[in-house]
Amino acid sequence: MPKRDDINSVLVIGSGPIVIGQACEFDYSGTQACRVLRAEGIRVILVNSNPATIMTDPDFADATYVEPITPEVIESIIAKERPDAILPTLGGQTALNAAIQLDELGILEKYNVELIGAKIEAIQKGEDRQLFKELVIEAGADVARSHIAHTVEDAIEYAKDLGYPLVVRPSFTMGGLGSGFAYTEEELIRITTDGLQSSPTTEVLLEESILGWKEYELELMRDGSDNTVVVCSIENVDPVGVHTGDSITVAPALTLTDREYQRMRDIGIDIIRSVGVDTGGCNVQFAIDPSNGRIIVIEMNPRVSRSSALASKATGFPIAKIAAKLAIGYRLDEIPNDITKVTPASFEPTLDYVVVKVPRFAFEKFPAADATLTTTMKSVGEAMAIGRNYTTALQKALRSLEKRGSSFHWGTETRSAEELLTVSATPTDGRIVTLQQALRAGATVEQAFEATGMDPWFIDQIALINDVADFVAGADELTESVLAQAKDHGFSDAQIAELRGLTEAEVRGIRHGFGLRPVFKTVDTCAGEFPALTPYHYSSYDFETEVAPSDRKKVVILGSGPNRIGQGVEFDYSCVHSSFALHDAGFETIMINCNPETVSTDYDTSDRLYFEPLTLEDVLEVIHAESQSGELVGVVVQLGGQTALGLAQGLKDAGVPILGTTPENIDLAEQRGEFARILDEGGLLAPRNGIAHNVEEAIEVAENIGYPVLVRPSFVLGGRGMEIVYSTDAVRDYFVRQEGQALIGPDHPLLVDRFLDDAIEIDVDALYDGNRLYIGGVMEHLEEAGIHSGDSCCTLPPVTLGRAQIDRVREATEAIAKGVGVRGLLNVQFAISAGILYVLEANPRASRTVPFVSKALGIPLAKAASLLMVGKTIDELVEEGMLPEVDGSRVPLDSPVAVKEAVLPFKRFRTKEGKVVDSLLGPEMRSTGEVMGIDRDFPRAFAKSQAAASSAIPLSGTVFVSVTDEDKRAIVLPALRLQELGYELLATEGTAEILVRNGIQARTVRKHSEGSVDGDPTIVDLINARKIDVVINTPSGSSARADGYEIRAATVAADKPLFTTIAELSAAVSSIEAIRNGFEVRSLQDYAIDRAERLAASAPASA
Amino acid sequence: MTNTAFGSAEPAVLVLEDGTRFEGAAYGKTGTTLGEVVFTTGMSGYQETLTDPSYAGQIVVMTAPHIGITGVNKTDMESDRIWVSGYVVRDPSRRVSNFRSEGTLDDNLVEDDVVGISGIDTRALTRHIRSAGSMRGGIFSGADYSSDAEALVAAVNAGEQMAGLSLSATVSTTENYTLPATTERIGSIAVLDLGVKRATLGYLADQGFDVIVVPQNITPDGLLALKTDAFFFSNGPGDPAAASGQVEVLRAGLRAGLPYFGICFGNQLLGRALGFDTYKLPFGHRGINQPVLDKATGKVEITSQNHGFAVDLPIEGSHESPEGFGKVEVSHYSLNDNVVEGLRCLDIPAFSVQYHPESAAGPHDAHYLFARFREVVLAGKGESK
Repeated sequence: MPKRDDINSVLVIGSGPIVIGQACEFDYSGTQACRVLRAEGIRVILVNSNPATIMTDPDFADATYVEPITPEVIESIIAKERPDAILPTLGGQTALNAAIQLDELGILEKYNVELIGAKIEAIQKGEDRQLFKELVIEAGADVARSHIAHTVEDAIEYAKDLGYPLVVRPSFTMGGLGSGFAYTEEELIRITTDGLQSSPTTEVLLEESILGWKEYELELMRDGSDNTVVVCSIENVDPVGVHTGDSITVAPALTLTDREYQRMRDIGIDIIRSVGVDTGGCNVQFAIDPSNGRIIVIEMNPRVSRSSALASKATGFPIAKIAAKLAIGYRLDEIPNDITKVTPASFEPTLDYVVVKVPRFAFEKFPAADATLTTTMKSVGEAMAIGRNYTTALQKALRSLEKRGSSFHWGTETRSAEELLTVSATPTDGRIVTLQQALRAGATVEQAFEATGMDPWFIDQIALINDVADFVAGADELTESVLAQAKDHGFSDAQIAELRGLTEAEVRGIRHGFGLRPVFKTVDTCAGEFPALTPYHYSSYDFETEVAPSDRKKVVILGSGPNRIGQGVEFDYSCVHSSFALHDAGFETIMINCNPETVSTDYDTSDRLYFEPLTLEDVLEVIHAESQSGELVGVVVQLGGQTALGLAQGLKDAGVPILGTTPENIDLAEQRGEFARILDEGGLLAPRNGIAHNVEEAIEVAENIGYPVLVRPSFVLGGRGMEIVYSTDAVRDYFVRQEGQALIGPDHPLLVDRFLDDAIEIDVDALYDGNRLYIGGVMEHLEEAGIHSGDSCCTLPPVTLGRAQIDRVREATEAIAKGVGVRGLLNVQFAISAGILYVLEANPRASRTVPFVSKALGIPLAKAASLLMVGKTIDELVEEGMLPEVDGSRVPLDSPVAVKEAVLPFKRFRTKEGKVVDSLLGPEMRSTGEVMGIDRDFPRAFAKSQAAASSAIPLSGTVFVSVTDEDKRAIVLPALRLQELGYELLATEGTAEILVRNGIQARTVRKHSEGSVDGDPTIVDLINARKIDVVINTPSGSSARADGYEIRAATVAADKPLFTTIAELSAAVSSIEAIRNGFEVRSLQDYAIDRAERLAASAPASA
Repeated sequence: MTNTAFGSAEPAVLVLEDGTRFEGAAYGKTGTTLGEVVFTTGMSGYQETLTDPSYAGQIVVMTAPHIGITGVNKTDMESDRIWVSGYVVRDPSRRVSNFRSEGTLDDNLVEDDVVGISGIDTRALTRHIRSAGSMRGGIFSGADYSSDAEALVAAVNAGEQMAGLSLSATVSTTENYTLPATTERIGSIAVLDLGVKRATLGYLADQGFDVIVVPQNITPDGLLALKTDAFFFSNGPGDPAAASGQVEVLRAGLRAGLPYFGICFGNQLLGRALGFDTYKLPFGHRGINQPVLDKATGKVEITSQNHGFAVDLPIEGSHESPEGFGKVEVSHYSLNDNVVEGLRCLDIPAFSVQYHPESAAGPHDAHYLFARFREVVLAGKGESK
């Protein structure tokens, strides 16, 4: 069946903000889908609230709506655009849920729009646990024994049948949210209560425990003619009990015989048929009892998933792209395999290498959280590595995490084998290293299997790595043969250096002396059976290299590695844009990255892709390989976040040309003394500050400049280790807590700044070419200084800054750009306190807000920066039309306002006692993603941002207010307005007193610490009983915050809007009117037309 | 489960007839072996591959790097022994892990006298064969490893060429034996053992046939004397052009009106029996991910394949059998390179496929062919009644 001719326009639903369990893999799949559909001549309409994505670039769709993904908004878009079809299978669970809602509300029928890729019935069969279970059994396969519960009482009853431990899984949630193991009735009650809450159908599945079984996934594709192929098998190294997103996984499955594998494949195909996934991708998860091979089907996703992104990168088979083609009618055998060009997509990729994925966690950001891994996903990102064998792939993946202690090591280990085995029995971040230490300390493979349930083969591979380490350490001399054997098992120069008591540079010198370097193999889907035309490479210490010579000018772009809090999809956006711009400018672009979720690691994005760890050694080897032909113009380091930036000096020292701002100048911005000089020369002020290398120095500096102070380790992103400190005791406490994390040291001093209370914070992204400054955008933060810019809500253009203030910001930015010697991007953070402009920090690199600015104002900052780095000037870029004539510091009054809001993951993290961790914002960033609301004025844009972040204020109900003394003045007006709008107000005694005196009727409610008396509930009881719809709770600076914590934790657990700053509350209150009137929608393309018209209108008549 | 000290392997070398050398470590038995070097891309099922008689005379290169993880067991053997003449892997497993495992692959290779090599760049070797074509090679370890490089190349070039080679006698049974039907009996079938796999016999018996396995040198009269309801030619090694005796047996069966089903070598021999030619592919199809289109249904099957020769026939239209068996069409073809993957006679009850519907190892997409053959046999019986 060729392409359908009745589909001329398609609405693609994106996945919204990056959250745990749903990250930028859906940007990758959505971007692929948009590209494919447009190439097929179809008009693509896109809705996605996430401005950091590549898919929301106006170039990827005909109409791009950066709007909330709600049924109402989507209906408005449908009414306006009248698409023939909706494609909901590439935007994760968010898109699928939206499709279900559109169907239930009759919107699909009303506008006669067809769902393609999956039918409602199929979605329900896959997601409804009972239906799915029946269907699996009909297909002749097995499932874990289970019961469906709709109440806690049911659950307790069913547990008697299933026995403990048992698994609780809420229906229709993503990333395993709300699911977990219950070992006792108490735990069952807690998990079930939460699970019923997070399930849109108030339904949980209780299941027999299959803890410790082997876990597998199959990625399947089916076309409209019932042709089905298995794209990839994935095996979890961590057995059942750890969410697959949190497991170390390997592709292909390694420990199955063909009989077992084919049985799994048969079941997978039967399931995709009986669920009725008519076209597209689907993922089925299995558990296998290691003692007898019994196969159980765990679940299936009738859509492109996180694992599909991994499978696509692991095999070179672009699942999302093919899924989009199948959705518009093509058959698998009508679609060519991209990589070979001559063979069709109706085949099953075969691998002659091993792929390992490792999760990246962020528990350091949530010290109170229980770090035990469970069936609820907690990782915030992942790294993937490709090697010719498992040991290499595993070691490369671990070093790709860029996290201290993530790699195997052979240093001092004082714990005994028994202790280490006991520790590794609990799955946690870094368990595999503990296991390696246990084996080193004498544990046997059998003991390790008993402790962890990992397949003995995987454990033996770690033992093998230890054996190689012994061999390296014990060798008389570091000969070529010794090095070659270590390299064939993935040892880095740094690891070999540790084993031999040398430096990394010495090992590299010895190795290069032997001419021992990796070759680069190709990911080709077919294990070499056919020639591959796509240069998608990975390193291997093998014999033959496959890097094709080229005589072009080359630019290497360093990606940003695994997603983590503070360094996410925004940086990938910049890297991808750089690649596009430099390719268009005639360069051969070479991308190096190790994050399988991203668009940058799509082999279609750059001219050449190297899937490699972002360490100095790995990057240098790629550069060496690419230097064998053509001309290497340089390396782009300022777009890949701290990861890429951190490599700049090492590369330069090795003689590699760095494009843009030099590593020395990048350093200037971080060196306090030098930076102070630059500020002095520019006549600029910074808050009083100093630097400290240890606790004594820190106390001295802090006492000298006066508390409160803001402390911040240098060379970190996302405010890692950043805190506001109010006393000398607190400074000591800070150092105790940071110990062992290597954040502060001789080369990485602690920066100590006077903290500015009540200051307005401003973020600026700008370009500088050595001559001319071009402002991308001036963003005003809604919250006062002290909350990390990544977590704060901000508006572009600013809505309370005057012309003169903006001019001052512009001048200051120019002085810094000039002083530092920026060539490319610069981000500066300012604060205005008592009318004075302070410079907080400057970063000569792409910032997190680059994509937001680009979407809000239509200024392609990353593209422009890349061209500046290769020698263009801003004048030229303006002349060529890449940059608008007028920069982002002057936004006309009739332009739209864009608001960026952060999305936070507190709900995912529980303390050991099972409570949600505290949700207060601070100087350390903790958000995982962001959304944008854009509309004609601030209240409307703000309202959209809140709707998109799922934190919109309800239009009526009960509001609870409890604020600190400092906020009591400021609360009066918003509270009054809430009352006028018909909300009922409750408050704790102190706050109620103020409200009542100001003529606001607020009922007093008992504090949590007062306890409930005679059936008179406390505020926490009320929140738990879902009797409160909105909570306003501002924390006091330094005092004990127990009451506040209980309130906030209960609010987050109840999933109700929570305001912890008055600024955010005031904005929300002002936006209620806008929400009541409903949202108007407008595409980015239409905004661009508006801009062009405004420009034309304002141009002088003579022009 | 041996945990040999790291770095203690004995050296070995793989030498190709064009002089290319790959240095690695001895694996399996130490010594010398010669054969045609071919690669297979299956990621699972090494034991089925090794015990598949079709690989007789060949040095098999596994493109999947890790081999031996699940050990070996009796159930997964496709015949009584390992047939490959040499084995090339990148990373042999030093530990076995599977609940069905009964031993290690290393021990199994040594027991069956298979000389192998490990630790070489198997991808480079595969790419070399892909572009230069299948060629002869030799693995040398132990005393022969140190021989002069030119002497080794000469030894390889003194080996036999696969083209024109008959290997059926090497792999076939020498005595008849019978497996009873495992479901309701519908008749009997003679299976000419040219290197048949156990899975094939099992599937035929599952379709209600009493399976009579006969040696490769059976005469036409010998076949007809069995008075079976159908006959079948199996897969097997060697050049179909060197199997004229078996082609005569096939023609006799067809002339007698016996329903025929053939797999792999049995497909090539049907082609020759009908009067068409066969030819040698540059490097063959070996793997378990091969897409084949069933022209009748328009559906794609992911198939298990292992063939170095193919029937020379246009994939479109129907063709008159020069041997007078009526019209013939290509029923299946490879979506990768349009090679003939199945033949169907339109005027007599005979069909065959070039790939492996018994798929051990491999996907089960083509199992239906056994049932389809049962229908052909049943339909024929209905007519004659």
